[in-house]
Amino acid sequence: MNYQFDWQLVLSGEYADWLVSGFVTTLKISAVSLLLAMLLGTAVAVMRMTKFKPLEWFGLAFTEFFRNTPLLVQIYFWYYGSNQVLPDFVNKWLYAHDFEFAAGVIALTVYTSAFIAEEIRSGIYSIPKNQLEASRAGGLSFVQAYRFVILPQAFRIIIPPLISQSLNLIKNSSLVMVIGVMDIFYMARQIESYSFHGFEAFTVATLIYLSISLVVSLCINLYNKHFLRQISY
Amino acid sequence: MRFDPVINNFDYFLWGAFPQGPLGGLAMTILLAAISIFLAFWVGLLFGLMRNSKNKIIRYAALVYIEIVRGTPLLLLIFWFYFLAPVIVGYSVPELQTTVVALVVFTGAYIAEIVRAGIEALPKGQMEAARGSGLSHFQAMRLVILPQSLRNMIPSFVNQFVSLTKDTSLASTIGVLELTRCAEQVSNRTLNAPMEIYLTILVMYFLICYVLTSYSRRLERQLSRYQARDR
Repeated sequence: MNYQFDWQLVLSGEYADWLVSGFVTTLKISAVSLLLAMLLGTAVAVMRMTKFKPLEWFGLAFTEFFRNTPLLVQIYFWYYGSNQVLPDFVNKWLYAHDFEFAAGVIALTVYTSAFIAEEIRSGIYSIPKNQLEASRAGGLSFVQAYRFVILPQAFRIIIPPLISQSLNLIKNSSLVMVIGVMDIFYMARQIESYSFHGFEAFTVATLIYLSISLVVSLCINLYNKHFLRQISY
Repeated sequence: MRFDPVINNFDYFLWGAFPQGPLGGLAMTILLAAISIFLAFWVGLLFGLMRNSKNKIIRYAALVYIEIVRGTPLLLLIFWFYFLAPVIVGYSVPELQTTVVALVVFTGAYIAEIVRAGIEALPKGQMEAARGSGLSHFQAMRLVILPQSLRNMIPSFVNQFVSLTKDTSLASTIGVLELTRCAEQVSNRTLNAPMEIYLTILVMYFLICYVLTSYSRRLERQLSRYQARDR
């Protein structure tokens, strides 16, 4: 291996600025998509739990379709395909306002929300049915029973898988570089093609992803140890 | 909607330019997924067992591998191997091999976690009883623990196979001619129907993955009857 490592190159000056701005973009796209995915995921989960058949089927089709197709192709679909059906003035506006970012957010949101919807639904289902029956019999209304008995327990169970979905979202956000969103991975590739010092840039990018995951999974483990024991069955 | 570019190139989506040229398209996607899951199973089994080992060094080595790989995005891993392989080996490695290695290393870590959890989920009494009746640790593992826990892991393996099938699409970024790459090529060539083309391959991926997912759900129901439990 005859490769000259030059850490100074990536850790200072222009290239370091690139990496920082890439990191900020990664955080930005992850945060926006996560927020939207939580909202959409909850909506889909509620749809699937309603008694109204068409809504239930729509929710089912949504989760199954977006869970069982690759995120990369979904990104291409939104980025290259969606402007075919949108009216011209919307396209013009989008091209003027960072369309790459918007397409990335839409793809990440839709993909992640399908997984989040499943987590929420299974979390609520995992609370034994007699909990609801008992609280109804004890004089609580349906909404009260959900608010005071079912949801507090369900949320304790859902939080760890929701956090690991968020983690997946952050890792998946690296895919948006294929359509030119300048996230940290895009910047690492940029540095590699400018300076041929890909190793250092990739190492920095990997360490950033790795430290986010390790810290978050450490927190999930602590949470599991302390809180999940208290759930009643 | 213009579906004629899709219809005209449908055989290209299915197997690339196969009889005349290299294999590609959906056939390549399935081939890539099948080879990778086969190899990843053995890697995962090895590291899953290491993770349960009594020896601290072996256990921590497995832990480090699993945590590092699971904390890194797959795309990053693919590019690591893409850049690293030529420097280490000294000559450029074909993209297909690079992808298989990356997919195996990546999926292996997830399978190792499945194996570890599967072994831990088995009641402790099974191991104790097997050891107590005179089997060595290795024999107990091979003859008592693994046959039971591997059967319980089958649904998780199928799910892992589904995500691996989806992940093979990332190989297109370094130029492997699988389904996604073929779609990109056709889209770049025809220029007028990207939405129809990507919709078509989304449906193709969906059909494969959905069949597998529902199969794993059915297996889960069937297998839950035979599970050994603590009572």
